[in-house]
Amino acid sequence: MRDFYGTALPGGLMLGTAQYPSPAILADAFRRSGASVATVSLRRESGQDRAGQDFWRLISDLGVRVLPNTAGCHTVKEAVTTAHMAREVFDTPWIKLEVIGDADTLQPDVFGLVEAARILTADGFQVFPYTTEDLVVADRLLDAGCEVLMPWGAPIGSGLGLNNIFGLRALRAHFPDVPLVIDAGLGLPSQAAHAMELGFDAVLLNTAVAAAGDPAAMAEAFALAIRAGQLAAHADPMEPRDMAAPSTPLLGKAFLG
Amino acid sequence: MTPNTASVTVIGAGVAGLCTARALLDRGAQVTVIDRHAAPGPHACSWWAGGMLAPFCEGESAEEPVVRLGQEAADWWARRTGSVQRCGSLVISPARDRAELARFAKRTTGHSTVDQNAIAALEPDLAGRFTSGLYFAQEAHLSPRTALADLRAGLVADGCTFQIADARPEDHAARGLAIDCRGFAARDAIADLRGVKGEMLILSCPDVSLSRPIRLLHPRAPLYIVPRGDSIFMLGATMIEGRAGPHITARALLQLLSAAYALHPAFAEAEVIEVGVDSRPAFADNLPRIRRNGNLIRLNGLFRHGFLLAPAAARMVADLIFDNQMPEVMDETAA
Repeated sequence: MRDFYGTALPGGLMLGTAQYPSPAILADAFRRSGASVATVSLRRESGQDRAGQDFWRLISDLGVRVLPNTAGCHTVKEAVTTAHMAREVFDTPWIKLEVIGDADTLQPDVFGLVEAARILTADGFQVFPYTTEDLVVADRLLDAGCEVLMPWGAPIGSGLGLNNIFGLRALRAHFPDVPLVIDAGLGLPSQAAHAMELGFDAVLLNTAVAAAGDPAAMAEAFALAIRAGQLAAHADPMEPRDMAAPSTPLLGKAFLG
Repeated sequence: MTPNTASVTVIGAGVAGLCTARALLDRGAQVTVIDRHAAPGPHACSWWAGGMLAPFCEGESAEEPVVRLGQEAADWWARRTGSVQRCGSLVISPARDRAELARFAKRTTGHSTVDQNAIAALEPDLAGRFTSGLYFAQEAHLSPRTALADLRAGLVADGCTFQIADARPEDHAARGLAIDCRGFAARDAIADLRGVKGEMLILSCPDVSLSRPIRLLHPRAPLYIVPRGDSIFMLGATMIEGRAGPHITARALLQLLSAAYALHPAFAEAEVIEVGVDSRPAFADNLPRIRRNGNLIRLNGLFRHGFLLAPAAARMVADLIFDNQMPEVMDETAA
């Protein structure tokens, strides 16, 4: 199993902490998801004031690794500043790096992403970059010092699933030793299972669980799907073929001859 | 306890305290309300409330008791203030966020689907701007500051006394029955109470006329606008985990104003009359709690449902005191 900057994350699920109807439902969702990582946004919830600490206490009570993110940052400078604040508040070198390039699609600004990744890794951060499935960008991110890649499945919050299977499969094939996480765009557990079947190491979700009518049940559904996908990937799936291949022998059947 | 001679001190004169005072007075208690400032006033988060009495809409994200108990609110308030407007509420989304409207409809009850013509009939100023929406005919809204002032005036008229003092509920409980309704100010006494920051604006905009609260759905920043009459509108409200600082953030201001602009471009000409920032007191499930420890009863955690749930919560406090009836939102009790 590929590890994430020296940490094994067997569950294969990273779960976001935004948009839940209440903190109680958030905690339930985490319990049933078996997620090993919680992503938290520094910009949306102020972590330093006293009442904000109640929220962090809830997150730390979940007993999972915290992966702070730079959600909502549109420039390299903003992302770097936010990463530094996050390291101070959460006392972790991990940072999920987002540099948003377009306000409508929330797609990553890959140029800014590579630059910010270089600055942050040089400063001792362990960067989890939110990127596209582009191979060349992936290569540049690895050059910049990233040891994990987080390609999108589809635009953030869209629930569209895996939009470019070919590109994601190519990414997996090109970087067999790099931990890869599908970050963003998933809406259904079957899509998470598919990601795991493609050999990805984890998926990162938020809206698919938080915006479901029953977030805790949806969290468990994702956990089961991820487990199914993991098992399938390790079980060495059969190769698809164009012609039927009968599972029982035809020899001796009446229609022969 | 002998109900008719009961003397009760209520600490906190926000919506929870005033409603509780009313419920106790109606049951024959002698009630004294103590607040650290002249109340109602801007130190209470109910001063900054939207004033929507919208139990069905809240069902989109709130737990079942909010929908059920909130249905008591409009009648309760209508008996105590003239500011209740029973015009329903309207939920719309920009065309590109139609999925949000479908989701909202699926998660709520008490609505009918309205098309472009029906929207224009309800709100002529929105004619041609939105093609579909949800109309919640049974909902109502009020003007929070008028409602609080009317409630207080009625209490005073019926013999309730008001004091300005920095009171400790524990001290008053040592001498008699005390109800702690201090909201987020009770944070030190209630370990699991948290703050949820809210930011709102009050606009003056003579160019737009609306009859009912409008909720504009958006995947990241859903917002609402409530008409207060005389061309005044309340625009709210952000929801951010954490206690409010003294000032609004640029991000919140942008979100609020762009929502108003999306609703109607004439809001670009509005004057911003007030900016409100405060912390809603909330428990982990965003439902209120009544807790009793001997002579001290605490009512808190009304979250964003102060005007919606305070009447029901106040009734439960009165039932607890006079009938020893266990409130459904009570989770802790000690003799």
